[in-house]
Amino acid sequence: MIKLEHVSKAYSAGIPALNDVSLNIEEGEFVFIVGDSGSGKSTLIKLLLKELEPTDGTITINGRKLNRIKRRQIPKFRRNIGVVFQDFRLLKDRNIYDNVAFAQKVIGESNRSIKKNVPMMLSLVGLAAKYRSYPRQLSGGEQQRVAIARALINKPKILLADEPTGNLDSNNAWEIMKLMEEINDNGTTVVVVTHNMEIVKAMNKRVIKMQKGMIVEDSEDSYSDTKESTGGYQDED
Amino acid sequence: MRISTFFYTMKQGLVNIWKNKMFSLASIATMTACIFLFGLFYSIVTNFRSMVQEVESGVAVTVFFEKGITEQRIEEIGQLIGERVEVSRYEFVSADKAWEDYKDIYFEGNEEAAASFAGDNPLANSASYSIYMNDVSMQGTLVSYLKSIDGIREVKQSELVANTLTDFNSLIGYISAGIILILLGVAVFLISNTITVGISVRREEIGIMKLIGATDYFVRAPFVVEGIVIGLVGAAIPLGILYVLYEKIVEYIEYKFHFISNMIKFLSVEEVFHTLVPVALILGVGIGFLGSRITIRKHLKV
Repeated sequence: MIKLEHVSKAYSAGIPALNDVSLNIEEGEFVFIVGDSGSGKSTLIKLLLKELEPTDGTITINGRKLNRIKRRQIPKFRRNIGVVFQDFRLLKDRNIYDNVAFAQKVIGESNRSIKKNVPMMLSLVGLAAKYRSYPRQLSGGEQQRVAIARALINKPKILLADEPTGNLDSNNAWEIMKLMEEINDNGTTVVVVTHNMEIVKAMNKRVIKMQKGMIVEDSEDSYSDTKESTGGYQDED
Repeated sequence: MRISTFFYTMKQGLVNIWKNKMFSLASIATMTACIFLFGLFYSIVTNFRSMVQEVESGVAVTVFFEKGITEQRIEEIGQLIGERVEVSRYEFVSADKAWEDYKDIYFEGNEEAAASFAGDNPLANSASYSIYMNDVSMQGTLVSYLKSIDGIREVKQSELVANTLTDFNSLIGYISAGIILILLGVAVFLISNTITVGISVRREEIGIMKLIGATDYFVRAPFVVEGIVIGLVGAAIPLGILYVLYEKIVEYIEYKFHFISNMIKFLSVEEVFHTLVPVALILGVGIGFLGSRITIRKHLKV
C-alpha cells in the first residue's frame, strides 16, 4: 500500500530531512511513526501527500509511483488519502455539517449524496447531534472528530494523522485513538505520527521510530515475536 | 464538471466579495469610475466623429476643364472620378448652372446688373465636377490623381479644412486611447489587489482544499468569479448613470444653447448605447478576468 525505497529528502541547506529511508506498509495496517522534533516525521507525511518531492528514491502508494504522477493528477491522487492534523484545521466560519460537506463538494459530489453521507459520517464519529455547532463551540476532542469525519467522508484508503492527539487531554486522546482503531478495523490503512508514547505502548501496533531523518527501529521486524511475548511495542526507556 | 460544482463556485465567488466587502467596494468604485470615464469619452468621441462625418460629407474637391474640352471627354472624366474608392459622389455643374448660382449669391437685389451680361456667360469656362469624399484624409491622393488626368485644367481643394479635420480626429483618437489605457491599467491593478486580499484571507481554506484533493479549477474558479462579478457590476453601474445623464445633458444643451443645436446634431442615446453597452460590459468582464488571472498565477500555486 505504501512503499518507500531509499528515499531521501534534502532541503536547500545541508542536512537531509530524510536519509535513505525504506519502508513498507501493507493494506489495512495501523502504524505509529514516532521520533523527536526534527526526526523527519513531518517531511515523511508531506512526501506521502506529494506536497514535497523526494531528492532521491521512489515512493509508491496504492501501486502508483508518485514521481510518475503529473501535477494535474495530484488532486485525484490525494482523494485516496485522508489527513488529520494536530490543529484540526477546520473552517471556523462554517458549522460542523458544512465542514464535513466541504470535503465532498471539493471532489464534486452531488448535493443528494452529500445530504446522505454527511449525517452518516457525523454519526460514526459521535457528533450527529451537533451538526449545527461551529468549531469554537466544540471541545478539542470533538473538533478532532470533525476533522476525522472530514478526512474519511471521501472513503480514502489511507488515513494519515499528524499528531492527532497533540492538542488533546488524556481522555480525549484515548477516544480519538479508539476511533482510529475502529476506522482501521473497517479496512482503512492508518498511519499516525505522534509523540504520545503512552498511547503508542498501550495500542499494541506496529511502531516505526525515526531519528535524524532515518528509521532507527521498526517493530515489524520483531512484530510477531513482540506481540506474542509482550503485547506490543516496548519503548527503550 | 457537475452543475452543483458550478453553482458552488459561483456562490463562493460571491461569498468572497461579501467577505472582503471594503476591498470589493473599492474595486467596484474604481471600475465604475473607469468605465464611467470610458463611457463619457466614448459618448463625446462618437458624437464628435458623427459631426466630423457630417462636415466631411460637405467638403468637396472641384475640378475645372481645359478650354474647348468635348462633352464626351467630360463624361469620360466623370466616369474615371466615379471609379475612385475615395469618392462618395460627384456632381456635374455646367457653366450655365455655375453662372445661375453665382447670380443668386452675388447679384441678389441687383438683378439689373446681372442682366447686363445677357447672352454672355462670364463663367463660360467654369463647368466643373464637385466631388464629395468618403474620408477627407484621402483628399491628397485624389487630388494628385485628378491633376494627372488629361483635360483637367485646375483642381480646387479645401486643404485646410481637410487637414484640420483629419488631425483633430486623430488627436481625439490618441487622447481617448491613452486615457482609456491608463484607466484600464489602474482597474486591473485594483482588482488584482482585491483578489490578493481574498486569497490571503482564505489561505487556510485553500490549504485544506488542496489536501482534500480539490482540482485547480475548484480552488481558482471562485476568485475568477469574484473578479468577473466586480468587473460586471463596475461596468453596469456607470452605464446606468451615463444613460440618465446623457439624455439630460443633451436636453439641457439643446434647450439652453439653441445656436449649438442648430449647428450640430447630437446622436440619440440609443445610437450611442447600442455599441457602448456591449463594449463596456465586455471591458468590465475582461478587466475582472484579467485582474484575477494575473493574481491567481502570481499568488495561488495549486
